[in-house]
Amino acid sequence: MTKLKADRYEIRFSGSGGQGIITAAVVLAEAIAGSGKNHVCQTQSYGPEARGGTSKAEVVISKDLIDYPKVIELDLLLAMNQASCDTYFPDLKPEGLLVVDSTLVDQIPTDRSISIPFTQIAVKQAGKKLVANMVALGAVVHLTRVISPKALESTLMAKVPKGTEQMNLKAFRSGIRAAKKFDLEQLPPTVTPEEEEV
Amino acid sequence: MTKRQSKKRILLQGNEAVVEGALAAGCRFFAGYPITPASEISEVLSVRLPKIGGTFIQMEDEIASMGAIVGASLAGVKSMTATSGPGFSLMQENLGFACIAEVPCVVVNVMRGGPSTGLPTNPAQGDVMQARWGTHGDHPIIVLAVSTALECFEITVKAFNLSEKYRVPVIILSDEMVAHTRETVTLPPHDEIEVIDRITPSMPPEWYIPYKNNSKGVPPMSALGDGFRHHVTGLVHDVRGFPTQTPHEIEAFISRLFRKVTQGFHEIQITQSYLMDDATVAVIAYGSVVRSAQRAIIDARNQGVKAGLLQLTTLFPFPRHVVENVLKQCRFVLVPEMNIGQISREVKRVNQFGTHVEKYNRIDGQLITPDEICVKLLTTLG
Amino acid sequence: MPKEVTKLIHKYLRHDKTFPHVWCPGCGNGIVLGALIRAIDKIGLQKDEVVLASGIGCSGRMNVYVDFNTLHTTHGRSLTFATGVKLANPSLTVISVMGDGDATAIGGNHLIHAARRNLNLTAIIINNQIYGMTGGQYSPTTPYGSYASTAVYGHIEHTFSIAELTATAGAAFVGRGTVYHVTLLQKLIEKAIQKRGFSVVEIMSNCHIHYGRRNKMGDPVTMLQWLKDHAVPVEKAREMTSDLPEDKFTIGILADVEKPIYTEEYQKIRDQSTSKQ
Repeated sequence: MTKLKADRYEIRFSGSGGQGIITAAVVLAEAIAGSGKNHVCQTQSYGPEARGGTSKAEVVISKDLIDYPKVIELDLLLAMNQASCDTYFPDLKPEGLLVVDSTLVDQIPTDRSISIPFTQIAVKQAGKKLVANMVALGAVVHLTRVISPKALESTLMAKVPKGTEQMNLKAFRSGIRAAKKFDLEQLPPTVTPEEEEV
Repeated sequence: MTKRQSKKRILLQGNEAVVEGALAAGCRFFAGYPITPASEISEVLSVRLPKIGGTFIQMEDEIASMGAIVGASLAGVKSMTATSGPGFSLMQENLGFACIAEVPCVVVNVMRGGPSTGLPTNPAQGDVMQARWGTHGDHPIIVLAVSTALECFEITVKAFNLSEKYRVPVIILSDEMVAHTRETVTLPPHDEIEVIDRITPSMPPEWYIPYKNNSKGVPPMSALGDGFRHHVTGLVHDVRGFPTQTPHEIEAFISRLFRKVTQGFHEIQITQSYLMDDATVAVIAYGSVVRSAQRAIIDARNQGVKAGLLQLTTLFPFPRHVVENVLKQCRFVLVPEMNIGQISREVKRVNQFGTHVEKYNRIDGQLITPDEICVKLLTTLG
Repeated sequence: MPKEVTKLIHKYLRHDKTFPHVWCPGCGNGIVLGALIRAIDKIGLQKDEVVLASGIGCSGRMNVYVDFNTLHTTHGRSLTFATGVKLANPSLTVISVMGDGDATAIGGNHLIHAARRNLNLTAIIINNQIYGMTGGQYSPTTPYGSYASTAVYGHIEHTFSIAELTATAGAAFVGRGTVYHVTLLQKLIEKAIQKRGFSVVEIMSNCHIHYGRRNKMGDPVTMLQWLKDHAVPVEKAREMTSDLPEDKFTIGILADVEKPIYTEEYQKIRDQSTSKQ
């Protein structure tokens, strides 16, 4: 899907500092920019610490020039820990999608969610939990189709530190594989089920 | 910037775009001191400048950074520094020197929450009045605000051009949001960018009178060492550059400093209107808030309100005429800012038309949302 | 002989509008300016290639009188402007004249970092141990126990030595002279300008009006006599078996070391970065 339905598509990556949240968002944004098809805006908020603390990065994608650069209503929330899942879940639009790292998030607030053990996969498949962000990015790319995996891979290879390309690539691909097991059609249509009449 | 890049859409941070603009404008000297959220400008220039024969230096503080860029500019090299609020405060002293000695230079202030150390990683717009009146004494200055990465490029080029043309320091007000947002930008090819250089003396050195008045009020500027030896001072000086306490010389000098900027109002005062033609209510905004306002006026129109937006790129000299036209045209004008209300005061100052002007402010380090502006537009109409 | 000296001075002075000068009769600044002019003339520098920067204070007014590229900056910041000038045009000879308050109080941070950075600049610091222009307030070099307009009960702060401070901070050349020892002074300034690297000449001078009068030395002769009596040639001091008495100071060349200069080092960065492109 590089053709967007609405005027903007909004993704938020969230977790704790050091999980590579911002890197994942930047790689995605650069890949989308490089494809030349859509406009993209990537922002982040951060505290003073380089490790630990909370980390949040947003990517807004649009056919047109992007005015307001931040998230208005989230289409997809990636939560890499419980705190960020709890904090940001309310920002999802009703038909939005929650994606969590089930290694670190066990209380999931909606059934319209995809749980994948990103950190566990990173350790198993790529040998380092450091690349959990790329596993997650693989899943996000597959689920949103905002960019072709191929285009993203070439950005990823150019963007990650020299010598870590293969490890990151492996992580990214295992993320795609993990996400392929899910069928979005099977999920409930909204994140908050309509109230049932009693 | 290579030709290959020039037509392509690329992802740039606002701070990176400032660098591209500065280099395109001919900036070859940068002195700075590390500070969030402006440091990327230093970091990128430390890589780029030596490659093209330019000079980057990290000084011991912002006072020294400002002194160094004034010195380099006096030696004939286009110069810039970049900082945030606390550093901007330190620069005020030598910024005043640049004003009185008419030294072209560009100062980028990436605004964060203040006062003091404030909110280092959050956007704000609290330095507007400091940009205008930060250094002591009556002085002319040009202050430009940017709201996108593309503007960071274009307005930085413009800042250098205005500074060179008028021999006035130009301050670019960015903010943490603009500075750190990465977004798609298509930079214009190099040959489409207008670059203005200062006028240098064409007469023989013995005829050169460094601060002599002329029709534009901007005397030609020699570079240190090029044969036009003269005195440069932060004291009020006569046309030769020598200190003076003679009232008519003082008056003539200070008046010329203001006149040269006043005469250039038409090109210095940059604004942009959005959906203003039939607007009955308007938002006046600058910096990253413009982006929220752009969306807000469309949302308001979708709900039946004829809303428009006036974007102020030039904050000072305050674009009075354009603002007055908006005030004349609309019955309600909203001025949203990430401060306690600084440009709203200017808008109110020039409101001679009984127009209902309201400010809308956030001082919590968060960007004002489109929704907040839209709601305000809809509810104030009652 | 005096005529020759006069001729030389007139070659470099600006006669249009800038005189009479602002200094008090008997001020040491004139002696410093004379030595500076003779040094520049002896080296054979062209007027166009010299930039004489200054800060604020009586010393700050020095450059307006001479026909070089002159840059009268803000208080304490002379070296920061000089740094920009030198980096933008390394072919210029950039000399910064400062006072003790100018260079070591408000400009102290710039001074030590300029020394550390090692640009090919010369700092001439006239140390008259007081803020003269503003009316005799104490400076970082006002001696403990002496009097100033802001130390009428006696000064309780301790001084530091400008020469030793800058040598420690990394200056490539440091000399100290006085306005009494004029021949030595000219020689030190010559050597400092010719030194490749950051050079400092600290010049002990007299402000009999604002320092002397408050400290029982109210005329220039008494103050020059004091300078003569308290200056010890550095060679002689090295031979002494005991420490130098606290009220005495050394004169001569205190440091002279070879180290890479900034502009040449930066050129290497330029070459390296271009080849990496």
